[in-house]
Amino acid sequence: MDITEVPVSPDKKGKKKKNKKPKKTSVSQEGNGESSGVEKMEEDVKMEKSEAAESAFPPTFSVSEIKNKQRRHLMFMKFKQEKRKQKMQLKKKKKKEREALGDKAPPKEVPKTIENQRVYDETTVDPEDEEVAFDEGTDEFSAYFNGLTNPKVLITTSDRPRGRTVRFCEQLATVIPNAHVYYRRGLALKRVIPQCVARNFTYLMVINEDRKVPNGLVLCHLPDGPTAHFKVSSVRLRKEMRRRGKDPTEHSPEVILNNFSTRLGHSIGRLFAALFPQDPQFVGRQVATFHNQRDFIFFRFHRYIFKNEKKVGIQELGPRFTLKLRSLQKGTFDSKFGEYEWVLKRHEMDACRRKFQL
Amino acid sequence: MQHDDVIWDIIGNKQFCSFKVKTKSQNFCRNEYNITGLCNRSSCPLANSQYATIREEKGQCFLYMKVIERAAFPAKMWEKVKLSKNYEKALEQIDENLIYWPRFLRHKCKQRFTKITQYLIRMRKLVLKRQRKLVPLSRKVEQREKRKEEKALIAAQLDNAIEKELLERLKQGTYGDVYNFPVHAFDRALEQQDEESESEEEEEEEEEEDDEDVGQREFVAEEEVEESDLSDFEDMNKLRTSSDEEEQDEEEESSEEEEEEEEEEEMEVETKTKASRSKGKSPANGTAARKKRAYVEIEYEQETEPASKSRTT
Repeated sequence: MDITEVPVSPDKKGKKKKNKKPKKTSVSQEGNGESSGVEKMEEDVKMEKSEAAESAFPPTFSVSEIKNKQRRHLMFMKFKQEKRKQKMQLKKKKKKEREALGDKAPPKEVPKTIENQRVYDETTVDPEDEEVAFDEGTDEFSAYFNGLTNPKVLITTSDRPRGRTVRFCEQLATVIPNAHVYYRRGLALKRVIPQCVARNFTYLMVINEDRKVPNGLVLCHLPDGPTAHFKVSSVRLRKEMRRRGKDPTEHSPEVILNNFSTRLGHSIGRLFAALFPQDPQFVGRQVATFHNQRDFIFFRFHRYIFKNEKKVGIQELGPRFTLKLRSLQKGTFDSKFGEYEWVLKRHEMDACRRKFQL
Repeated sequence: MQHDDVIWDIIGNKQFCSFKVKTKSQNFCRNEYNITGLCNRSSCPLANSQYATIREEKGQCFLYMKVIERAAFPAKMWEKVKLSKNYEKALEQIDENLIYWPRFLRHKCKQRFTKITQYLIRMRKLVLKRQRKLVPLSRKVEQREKRKEEKALIAAQLDNAIEKELLERLKQGTYGDVYNFPVHAFDRALEQQDEESESEEEEEEEEEEDDEDVGQREFVAEEEVEESDLSDFEDMNKLRTSSDEEEQDEEEESSEEEEEEEEEEEMEVETKTKASRSKGKSPANGTAARKKRAYVEIEYEQETEPASKSRTT
């Protein structure tokens, strides 16, 4: 059967693949597939369905409308390649322009990162803010920051800790100077706290365990200080670290607190800072870092050495873990009647990807 | 008419009883009024027209009794007696109500009552103790958080941040006079610093060549120190108070400094790797070689090291 009439639209299908299969578009019109065979019938039907051609696109056409998977895939790949080519051309053009202008070229555009795009938090602390300075002078940590008290930390776990948690506690105790580990043995925290206060502890740290792995941390500043509850993840014990050095010595480490910018972040930062003694011993060359990034606080413990005034080498010792703040409570630990300063509300706070609390 | 035997004959063994639960070794009875919970001729409430049970409702125990006279009135079949909270008094009450009843029922009632009071006591005790609160985790949320954490970790670039902070502190002088870098106080301009670091390296090169001629070839893990480096780190000697590892640190770092001549920029990554490798190998070698050797040898296969310096073993 010969093609007598060829409708306009299928003609535009100028692609090679298509051309390999002879166009018998009139079959659809005549309604009879003769010697053309079944396949061509189907082909034509599909051709009809795919409307106009792939090369000359009517505006409402999209690659996803092609019913045949193989062909759709091919079309999509071609589409992608086209896009990529255009992008490369654009880049080249820009580069040429930049070179041509030389020094007068406009500055390079900074790529957008989440940190760049972060929604401005109104509680961001201004370094010269008097109110903040006043608050910090009179809050629960003022005693520590004025040098009146020395930190003394009690580390314990939830009931019946398993091996990993116990080892984690021990390693934490080596990292934090003046820390003592005690077994929990089913004691109620509310009873433990007055005893700790009586023995002059300044911090109570409870590591919660789930399925043999530490997953929560309650940090309670003792003479009725704030209580922070964190979620702990990615705990790496000392023997799992690559390229680590020897065990930490007894020297007090220095503390680095990065990126605690909002009011909440500030209070958490002070909470961490008060864990360590005020005067670090530089002889020990050890540094504990709490780095806040997108509301995750990464803890690292390193030993450093200055090779010259421009280069420092650091070697990681000690455990590493990440924390995420879940709630901050004003008094000591009291889950029922405590007054919560801040609680993580997932639906409100996690809704926007550019908004962070700390 | 109530024919207990007939009833038992039917539901007990031959035909179906909807309260019966069969297991491999035993039959249980799920009837709420059953006193022992087993499916027996004497414990079946359907097959005994005179029957008694103890049941507990919200912490209160009741004695239920069924007699044959009321068998025709299903609504009033069970007589309910509230037992006192006092254990002995309740036992007396049971005795008094079940006087002249078969020994089996009396005994089993008292046993059941005892068990019930025991578990009620335990419940009250547990409420006072610390109760574990189970918090459900949503898998989606956890996965999301894990992914966010990984990305945050990558974005954080912790090592760089820490090093920057340490260098800043050094610049600001928080370390005081502990580190005695001669050029530090004077130069702010980058270029000047670069020049001097280059000149230092040149000195190191010369000395190293001299030492190469003189020194012996030995397999040493770390602790190759050059005198020029030592002079820079004079104050480091004062710091070597406590542990060996500090010494090893310094010596490793100083040995790596020579390699810095060639590759200035990739320094920190490399030095760390070399430190780690040498650290990893030193226990195997077993030699804690002492410091203050006059020559430098870098033993390990380091692909980035130029051929002139590498001595692969």
